[in-house]
Amino acid sequence: MNIKYLLIILLLTSQSIFASEKQIDPKEVQKNLRCLVCQGQSISDSNSDFAQTIKMVVDDLINEGLTEEEIYSFMSDKYGEWIVFKPQLNIQNSLLWILPYMALILGGFFIIKLSNKKNKITK
Amino acid sequence: MQKIVKTIIFLIFLFILSVFFIGLNKDTNYNTANQINKEIPDFKVSYLDKENFFTKNDLRKNNFTLINFWASWCAPCRIEHPLLIRLSEERNMKIVGVNFKDKKEQAKKFLGELGNPYDVSTKDTNGKQSVLFGIYGIPESILINKELIVIKKFVGPLSVNDFNYIKEIIK
Repeated sequence: MNIKYLLIILLLTSQSIFASEKQIDPKEVQKNLRCLVCQGQSISDSNSDFAQTIKMVVDDLINEGLTEEEIYSFMSDKYGEWIVFKPQLNIQNSLLWILPYMALILGGFFIIKLSNKKNKITK
Repeated sequence: MQKIVKTIIFLIFLFILSVFFIGLNKDTNYNTANQINKEIPDFKVSYLDKENFFTKNDLRKNNFTLINFWASWCAPCRIEHPLLIRLSEERNMKIVGVNFKDKKEQAKKFLGELGNPYDVSTKDTNGKQSVLFGIYGIPESILINKELIVIKKFVGPLSVNDFNYIKEIIK
């Protein structure tokens, strides 16, 4: 019995260790960075001079051990938030993040309300 | 119940309309606002002629510094060059040139032809150090004070207005 528990704990901890050691894929980071000198292209898609430099810098930052979020924060600091495709959570765009959850809760509330009403009518 | 639904639909419509209104009016062009009044980053560029490095600390002795990013292959750099030559006469400001993704011989030829306005000539061969300054095209210039705080960033070639602005700041 004890060995069973021990195995479960080992399995859980090993997974979390692997998760923390997950390598950042430079391509994924580049896909989420906008090429500022191109028309609607990401850094990953573009072969422009600017994109080539940013690709090198992203590789360097990954090698330095920065997380994906830290890389986006670094780029936003240098070029403004516009460079990141995925909007970051702040006061200005908080609605963008909160609204889907609000819509989900409100939608659920209405479905329950309507189904209760329907049940009352059928009874 | 119907009244609540109608109100909610109206509010959602109003919200979508306001999102479009704000979104479409938002200026998505690159601007330098987030760089102003901030200290310049730590950097390390090599001299154009020597193998030594020029760093942030080397700027501390200047009252004002104009860091100019340029290249011999950049046509607008030729346009702003006469203004840089005139600015190089100012005693209260030093000009640091960062030769961007260029060949040393071409850079020297350019300076030989048009004159050298730089107190210090450095190079950023692969452009990685320029990213630290938020450079995305050249020419770009950054005016900093003794505390190494960015006063203004000039995107594109310096204009006569920029020239007058710099002279006014450093006098």
